[in-house]
Amino acid sequence: MPVTVEADIANGLPAFTIVGLTDRAIQEARERVKPAIRNAGYKFPQRRVTVNLAPAELPKEGTGFDLAIAIAIMRAEDQSIRLDGLAFLGELALDASLRPVTGVLPMARCLAAAGIRRLVVPVENASEAVLAEGVEVLGASSLQACVEYLRGEGTLVPGVRDTSQPGAAPEPDLAAVRGQGHAKRALEIAAAGGHNVLMSGPPGAGKTMLARTFPSLLPDLAYDAALEVAAIYSLRGTLRERPPTTLRPPFRAPHHSISRAGLVGGGTGLAQPGEISLAHQGVLFLDELCEFSRQHLEALRQPLEEHSVTVARARAAVTYPADFVLIGAANPCPCGHLGDARGCSCEPRQLTAYNNKISGPIKDRIDLVVSVPRQEYRDIFDGADEEPSAAVRWRVEAARQRRRDRAGHGNAALTGREILVAARATDPARRLLALSGERLHLSARGFFRVLRVARTIADLAGEDRVGEDALAEALHYRIEMAG
Amino acid sequence: MIEPRWLDGLSPDWPARLLHLESPPHGLWQLGTIGATSPSVAIVGSRRATFAGVEIATAIARELGSAGIQVVSGMALGIDAAAHAGALDAGGSTVAVLGCGIDICYPRRHTALRDRIIASGCLISEEPYGTPPFKYNFPKRNRIIAALAHAVVVVEATERSGALSTARWAADLGREVLAVPGSIRARQSSGTNLLIRDGVRPFLSIADLLEAVPELRSAAPESIFDALPAGPRGGIERFSPPLREILARMGTQPIHPDQVGVALGLSPALVASRLGALELAGAVMSLPGGLVARTV
Repeated sequence: MPVTVEADIANGLPAFTIVGLTDRAIQEARERVKPAIRNAGYKFPQRRVTVNLAPAELPKEGTGFDLAIAIAIMRAEDQSIRLDGLAFLGELALDASLRPVTGVLPMARCLAAAGIRRLVVPVENASEAVLAEGVEVLGASSLQACVEYLRGEGTLVPGVRDTSQPGAAPEPDLAAVRGQGHAKRALEIAAAGGHNVLMSGPPGAGKTMLARTFPSLLPDLAYDAALEVAAIYSLRGTLRERPPTTLRPPFRAPHHSISRAGLVGGGTGLAQPGEISLAHQGVLFLDELCEFSRQHLEALRQPLEEHSVTVARARAAVTYPADFVLIGAANPCPCGHLGDARGCSCEPRQLTAYNNKISGPIKDRIDLVVSVPRQEYRDIFDGADEEPSAAVRWRVEAARQRRRDRAGHGNAALTGREILVAARATDPARRLLALSGERLHLSARGFFRVLRVARTIADLAGEDRVGEDALAEALHYRIEMAG
Repeated sequence: MIEPRWLDGLSPDWPARLLHLESPPHGLWQLGTIGATSPSVAIVGSRRATFAGVEIATAIARELGSAGIQVVSGMALGIDAAAHAGALDAGGSTVAVLGCGIDICYPRRHTALRDRIIASGCLISEEPYGTPPFKYNFPKRNRIIAALAHAVVVVEATERSGALSTARWAADLGREVLAVPGSIRARQSSGTNLLIRDGVRPFLSIADLLEAVPELRSAAPESIFDALPAGPRGGIERFSPPLREILARMGTQPIHPDQVGVALGLSPALVASRLGALELAGAVMSLPGGLVARTV
């Protein structure tokens, strides 16, 4: 929501007050704005100055209001400054130059949506702000440049859209992983259908390596989606990490020692987006899934269901998008060697506790479980040539196209009724499914999960209907967490 | 609510077989009903059993239970629990010999199993009321398991397992001991394989048990055992050739699907799909850790 900055100058002892539910950074703006105006060569009014940020009941924070406050005060004294529906954004230095601020892209999009057509931002932020559709962006280097422009005496630098794809860091390629055909196949299915995956295997088996290759299987983001992602990064002030024009899906791998606020969003004042929002439209990789605290895993439940996260604070609740593919990696047991040649040395009690930890909160949201065995020496050194990511990505894109032709959203997001319709299971497949419910004690939820994965497998195979083979394969990846 | 009662050598239903021991217990606390004279087989093994081991123990106990043979074990985790549960599933009777006081449920998670045992079998213990599960009591209770049974089947055990102590007691008492063999690489079968090397009869099917202990056959209705399959294998002919090809590559030793794929030159997708079908048919079991094992 756009904020209107008003200034009033009245007779009385010199004073400078800013009101309108401001945070500390805005209160400190008084000590930046006053010297900046003076050092720019203008006069700061030696009277009673009151600045109001409206709507007054909305909490406001950050240093981006400095420029607007300075302009409002000067406009009150100097009628030759013409504002004509301009919006201002930027932090002032004491020497009156402008400093870049964070969150410019989402603010520019919000202003454009509110019908504001022209926006002045610090030069450094111009290339970011210009990505927002429907708003003309002007980059200013200092307060003087800005005032001269408003008096019709100078010009500002118009923002230019930089469409060049920045040379993003190359994503690790699937061909770099030897063997592990089973796990690779599961990742291909996950990429095609947007399914969440859990990889289980002993330490050193290559789970992390496999997860890092996952983004290379995903197609480029659509421009709108990329912009949404850039907006989130802009809020965190981390656009330098991820150039706003990049179309590659983000990959986030927070360590398990992260705070809950860091993971799902939060912090003081208005909540900041967390790692799960930074992974929006991309991949969230949780290595050592069982080392994350139960509270952390519980907190993931809502975003996994709703593809967005709402962080409530005393003063306001914020909703951030969080539509990501979750890739989890875990040891099969606390010692890590269950099912391995070395043998497991865990107590049965530990095993149960360990399994409960994952199975409790997020088991329902994981569609594919795959085991990643430790590689034999000879597999690593004289395996056959491995398939490169590009080949897999081609199949993934074809499968996604097939799905788009059929219905709107990813197979992983289909509800029970929708998947029954979308699957168009053949009669033998239906019989197999009925049998599996009985033999494998599938719950209703497990039943739909198998069907969703089977739908994606059929999409990959270019089949219209879910047949026996697709279904049997999906059954193989189902959750099996006995203990 | 059944109350525990005290049995001693003078009680009419004192199990006479205990007298074979050099140092028989002075008396026993008993909760439930014991068939003092019915034929019994002990099934013992590792607490930390593999899933295949648990499955085998359950299957043996089911067969014995449905044949009216009492299954004796120690109510520990793993093989012991599977043995009790298998016998109860088949409507048979089972005896759990405890190493703690009769009023203590150890391990705690076996509360439900304990109730089932009391309902259709019994718990016995020579320890006084309220004795916690002291470590040193367990070898002592193993001698009672061995004495009560006509034969002892060790399903899975490492070299240091308590199940081997039961087997030693049984051998000293002249009871027949059988061991389920495993791969020489399987740690959980190292103890049973050692027993076999030292001359213990390998257990391949229930027929081995009946051959070793003819009394069991005379005790049970003839027809039941005759209906049992003679060999442990068979039945893979019912699968289509592609599925048979996979089964033929797999042993009961767990194997990773990737190994199957590499050995047969099949794509991971095809292997997964066929394994899914086999699992559904009950011919393959998938184990935690992602390995699969053949069950037929």
